[in-house]
Amino acid sequence: MSKTLFDKIWDQHVIDTIKNGPQVLYIDKHLIHEVTSPQAFNELKERSIPVFRPNQIVATADHNTPTIDQHLPIKDDLSRNQLEQLTINCADNNITLYELGHQYNGIVHVMAPELGITQPGMTMVCGDSHTSTHGAFGAIAFGIGTSQVAQVFASQCLLLTKPKSLRVTVHGKLSKGVLPKDVILYIISKLGTNSGTGYFCEYAGDVFKDMSMEGRMTVCNMSIEMGARGGMIAPDQTTYDYIKGRKFAPKGIEFDQKVAYWNTLPSDNDAVFDQEYTFDAEDIGPMLTYGTNPGMGIKITETIPVNQNASFKKSLEYMNFEAGDSLINQPINYVFIGSCTNSRIEDFRVAANYIKGKQKATNVTAWLVPGSKQVETQIIKEGLKDIFVEAGFELRQPGCSACLAMNDDKIPKGEYCVSTSNRNFEGRQGQGSRTILASPLVAAATAIEGKIIDITKQLS
Amino acid sequence: MEKFIKITSKAIPLAIENVDTDQIIPARFLKATDKKGFGDNVFRDWRFDKNGELNTEFSLNNTSYSGNILIAGDNFGCGSSREHAAWALVGYGFKVIVSSFFADIFKGNALNNGLLPLQVSPTFLAVLMKSVQENPATEIEVDLENQTISLLEKSISESFEIDSYKKTCMINGYDDIDYLLSKKEMIEAFEAQRIQLK
Repeated sequence: MSKTLFDKIWDQHVIDTIKNGPQVLYIDKHLIHEVTSPQAFNELKERSIPVFRPNQIVATADHNTPTIDQHLPIKDDLSRNQLEQLTINCADNNITLYELGHQYNGIVHVMAPELGITQPGMTMVCGDSHTSTHGAFGAIAFGIGTSQVAQVFASQCLLLTKPKSLRVTVHGKLSKGVLPKDVILYIISKLGTNSGTGYFCEYAGDVFKDMSMEGRMTVCNMSIEMGARGGMIAPDQTTYDYIKGRKFAPKGIEFDQKVAYWNTLPSDNDAVFDQEYTFDAEDIGPMLTYGTNPGMGIKITETIPVNQNASFKKSLEYMNFEAGDSLINQPINYVFIGSCTNSRIEDFRVAANYIKGKQKATNVTAWLVPGSKQVETQIIKEGLKDIFVEAGFELRQPGCSACLAMNDDKIPKGEYCVSTSNRNFEGRQGQGSRTILASPLVAAATAIEGKIIDITKQLS
Repeated sequence: MEKFIKITSKAIPLAIENVDTDQIIPARFLKATDKKGFGDNVFRDWRFDKNGELNTEFSLNNTSYSGNILIAGDNFGCGSSREHAAWALVGYGFKVIVSSFFADIFKGNALNNGLLPLQVSPTFLAVLMKSVQENPATEIEVDLENQTISLLEKSISESFEIDSYKKTCMINGYDDIDYLLSKKEMIEAFEAQRIQLK
């Protein structure tokens, strides 16, 4: 029987099936961080259950970390305690931890791929909904709750009902200045925030075939914003070239053997999906969100649609926008380039390329936050930091930062922030803050102009 | 986990769609390392205004509403995987969340904490919402054994779906760890077989 990419990996990891119930799925890699793991460690301790496979777990500190002065003790007592707890838990259970300041530290969804931990054909989980990012490598990767973190600690397995299959195909070639972030914001704006619920999504078509691994990660990262537990893209030469030579990548003959196996993973030509959507690349333009969920997006040249739904109106009221408004010329005082969606080297290259020779608008506070120590090092090595500093930008240290504002990087009440992150929920970037999601290019242009501009005019 | 069989309660309406887990429990409250105290901050930024004063317009603060059932708009629990959202709702005292649609991760987290995510049809949701808004004394019965939710005064009810394994867990207060640990030999055999294949 023909199978999808998802079917092939899932079926290879099923250990047992409960009659009329879920399946026992084996998990290859478990990533953990400071926020969603402590209660799981406590649970095991209380029940005297050992961590079953510590070698298959990798930990990092990212959500609750400062992005300046990382060498100094953390000022906030609760944050410091949470990070200390992670260090203790990892030491007690023989789990590898890349703590704050370590050369491999970074946002879990940036550091794991760049270390070669993420590989095609794997099942991967993390107590974080953006674990879908790793699907860019042709892996089944998804976010889990803390009870499930404890289950994986205890058994390296989860009880799950197999999700339905969904395929989103985008044909053609993207126009200049249209980035992977625009592609996924466009898809979510067309399908809505719950269209993917109950499904695992495969992205197919020329647009994703032509995309870099960084771009594929941006797309898969936001699968959860349309409700899909995960997103994935078939592994190909681009995937193998990215993995080869990385720290935990297979080496020598083992790498070739793996590639031979990975080549068997793509969906069979006649595989049937439960749901399919198709789009054309030429219909996609630079995107912005105007509301309080990621599905409320428009092309930068469009106006906010009219909708009588009460929740829609509440959302516009929060954003202080009105139906029919254009966002062009909207003054912006905050710009954030970072998060597990857009904090990889390619994102900073895009920003630097635009910023070079220009000056940041004086009204704008701009935070550039690399996704990992390795990205930070690369930014400096490639001379991008000099470009940023000369243009008046501040390059901070790695972490989740203003994406969820758990640390001090908060957008003040009532202020708009053009952000390369993944969620524009009420108060996501700080109480009362108003988030406009965009690509690194649109964010960079906004920082230079101090307002939203029609970037498409500069591209043609 | 506490057992759940059947409850009869008044309900609190929350007529908002796409309630995300950042609203249920904002990120700034996620710094704890245990599960306690999250109930105090459930819907924090909707329950309190910008000056920290109680927002009396918000339904949870409306003293005419009470009960441990929350009637919420479509697509409840979207966004972050934080189980803190389920802990906050349970901590506040909710036992059932009724909506016409739930986000996947939230649904699983709720079930793992004895909180029943009960999906009804959009029509039934509208009837429930209106009944409770018009008469806060409205009693609702949730019967997990028979998989029904009933509006007692109007004698109308609807049946709901739940995975039979999860139903057994809820009714008996079991959790997945117990089950998975009982499969240890099978898991080890699976691992051994995979090593041989390499």
